[in-house]
Amino acid sequence: MFQTLQKALGAALQKLTSRGRLTESNIREGLEEVRRALLEADVNYHVVQGFIERVAQKAIGQQVIRSINPSHQIVKIVYDELVQLMGPVDHRIPFAKDRPTVIMLCGLQGSGKTTTAAKLALMLKQQYQRKPLLVAADLQRPAAVEQLVQLGQQIGVPVYREDNGKPLTVCQNAVAYARKHGYDTVILDTAGRLHIAEMPMEELREIDRAVKPDQVYLVCDALTGQDAAGSAKAFHEVLELNGVILTKLDGDARGGAALSIKEVTQVPIKWVGLGEKIEPLEPFYPERMARRILGQGDLILLVQMVARAQEELDQQRLRELQEKAARGDFTLEDFRAQLTQLERLGIRKIVGALPGMEEMLQELGEDPEQALRRIRGMIDSMTPQERRHPEIIDLSRRRRIAQGSGTEPHEVKKFLDQFEFMRGLMRQVSQMSLWERIKLLMGLTNLAASNPQALQKPKVGTGHRKSAKERAKERKKKRRRRG
Amino acid sequence: MVFAAFWNKIKQGLSKTRQVFGRLASLFRLRGKVDKEFLAQLEETLYLADVGPAATKQIVERVRQAFLDREITEDVLGFVKKELVSLLNHSDRSLHFNPHGPTVILVAGVNGSGKTTSIAKLAYWLQQQGKKVLLAAADTFRAAAVEQLTVWSQRLGCDIVKGEHGSDPGAVAHNACEAAVARGKDVVIVDTAGRLQTQEHLMRQLEKIRRVLARQIAGAPHEVLLVLDATNGQNAIQQAEVFTKAIQCTGIILAKLDGTAKGGAIIPIRQKVGLPVKFVGLGEKLEDLAVFDPQAYVDALFAD
Ligand SMILES: Nc1nc2c(ncn2[C@@H]2O[C@H](COP(=O)(O)OP(=O)(O)O)[C@@H](O)[C@H]2O)c(=O)[nH]1
Ligand SMILES: [Mg+2]
Repeated sequence: MFQTLQKALGAALQKLTSRGRLTESNIREGLEEVRRALLEADVNYHVVQGFIERVAQKAIGQQVIRSINPSHQIVKIVYDELVQLMGPVDHRIPFAKDRPTVIMLCGLQGSGKTTTAAKLALMLKQQYQRKPLLVAADLQRPAAVEQLVQLGQQIGVPVYREDNGKPLTVCQNAVAYARKHGYDTVILDTAGRLHIAEMPMEELREIDRAVKPDQVYLVCDALTGQDAAGSAKAFHEVLELNGVILTKLDGDARGGAALSIKEVTQVPIKWVGLGEKIEPLEPFYPERMARRILGQGDLILLVQMVARAQEELDQQRLRELQEKAARGDFTLEDFRAQLTQLERLGIRKIVGALPGMEEMLQELGEDPEQALRRIRGMIDSMTPQERRHPEIIDLSRRRRIAQGSGTEPHEVKKFLDQFEFMRGLMRQVSQMSLWERIKLLMGLTNLAASNPQALQKPKVGTGHRKSAKERAKERKKKRRRRG
Repeated sequence: MVFAAFWNKIKQGLSKTRQVFGRLASLFRLRGKVDKEFLAQLEETLYLADVGPAATKQIVERVRQAFLDREITEDVLGFVKKELVSLLNHSDRSLHFNPHGPTVILVAGVNGSGKTTSIAKLAYWLQQQGKKVLLAAADTFRAAAVEQLTVWSQRLGCDIVKGEHGSDPGAVAHNACEAAVARGKDVVIVDTAGRLQTQEHLMRQLEKIRRVLARQIAGAPHEVLLVLDATNGQNAIQQAEVFTKAIQCTGIILAKLDGTAKGGAIIPIRQKVGLPVKFVGLGEKLEDLAVFDPQAYVDALFAD
């Protein structure tokens, strides 16, 4: 599946190489391919139309860069636009100071709210040093309360339940209970509902009005298709969302819903859920999502494979590398060792899972296996001194290495530049584990080379959540303005 | 009766969609020729229903070839609908019953697609036809999944066979078959844990459950139903492909069709995998299950 956009674009834009500028007519076919790829990825039809318009406007008039394939140029514009639309992300949660912070989860049936509630609680407990209380407010689905109770037990977070309550009173009582017993964060797991059902939507509105949650998060299934835009919009209109949590991203869904939701609500996607096991939620990265939507490989796959392979790895070697990376003297020798370890997982899979890797390899030939061999060949043709201090590699050394490995000197240079960038990143992110670092930088290599702003700090929200009243006032104002 | 309910519910869903998006292509209202704009609107309707690029392109292309530059009449829409109905009109849409003993129905699908609820509704539907049903709670994985099916069995007043949380689902399937034979039940419906089709070990576990059933009762499972969530997009195609390959699905239950989503992925699924839709889920109550009606479904896709 992945690579298809790149290939299709390549074919559509072939004529372009001879001409000077991107124009409306010479990129039309290419944009049609982009459009198809986005629709294939389940981005909402209307969102796609607007998106293509914007991309066209950005692309038209750009000088064709001679040294690169015009299809890459378009992909980069598309990619940048995707990243920009889905980011920046604010992973912080504004907590109230003098009372329990109330977080409410909502979403369609089966989107994964209960599992997500437990993951969120675990994340708050482990990573935010909070003392959470889970609240079983889904009184609709049989045994939903029981499910949350069992998950709470698993992670050691208490669950507030009432056997004969109404969802609204359960939520109100839970907040009072939290205040009394010193819980600082309350997570409301509400019943799933279809956005067309007036009654249950009304129930959510009531809870919102009476309990005044500090944060409301929409839980959305990454498998969702065209409906994502409409349902997110409906929830946003009733509740004014503060964030979105995307679930079931451990599968192979392309996840275009992420883009649709962001576009329609303008609310940040904060975290993602990657499996049924109750583990903390993972932060959402627009860059990864953009690659996924474009079908350019998926880091998550790698993360899983790496996790599996990790146990096999020599712990000592790992620690050494980690220290080196932190100091910034991660060498080509280390990189070569890294490649060998990754190769054990299966080259083809890795390349598919490693977007950054793919382009690195593409520069060196069609066949990734062969390309990887060439990288290996280059490193092998270096002296130990060169591997440890690549900065000493000048033109004459490059020529020698190229000759020794059957490559071109400019390829050696390209590879070294990319490696240098990797190394810089490693230093920046040295507080993470080595494996996290590798998976991050593999994903970010190209990106940062082409789009440095993507590495900037996320924007931070004000933390003020408007009350239902304030929002109603605003809506009225808007309406008046329109009318 | 069922037809009417289905039809009305889907129609309600459609009109709501229009409110959400402000507008929806109304192919009926167009006047004039079958031109680019008409084809664009047809395309929009199909995409918004999750029919997806390949099938949409194909349908639009056929209409173009048959009608380009001709006046738009009811014909064009009739043509499109007829094509879709004949595509979805699989001859094998009814349930297969075992003439010699209990009929075994295995139910599978991704997490949260609506398996357990659909099983309860299907059991109710079978009970209405005078069948004695036994439920097998072989989702021993998800927290409180057994409790969930137990609540339904109590509401239905039917037998249930369960195992310990975390126990072997194959053993539950095995025991359920034995109990069904011993107690003279007509139908056994086996609930399974949700799984993404990319989780290979879980797919193998599902294959194993299927083998256990086959060993227990001749010809079992007589039906293997895949529960698809109508809100899902193009990933539903992969679901249908991989699940069918693993456990030879015989049909689809399209759940959650009471929302604004249309579940149009059943069209490419029919083309690529051949799997017919047998039932649709239209709500969370026991009576909210209907036999799939291709004509009503297609009419609803283009409802005014
Ligand atoms: N509105 C609606 N909700 C449904 C339908 N089928 C299932 N659900 C809901 O979807 C959620 C997940 O269903 P469940 O049967 O537990 O899914 P499972 O994990 O596949 O067994 C529950 O909240 C169900 O009530 C349907 O046809 N319509
Ligand atoms: Mg279930």
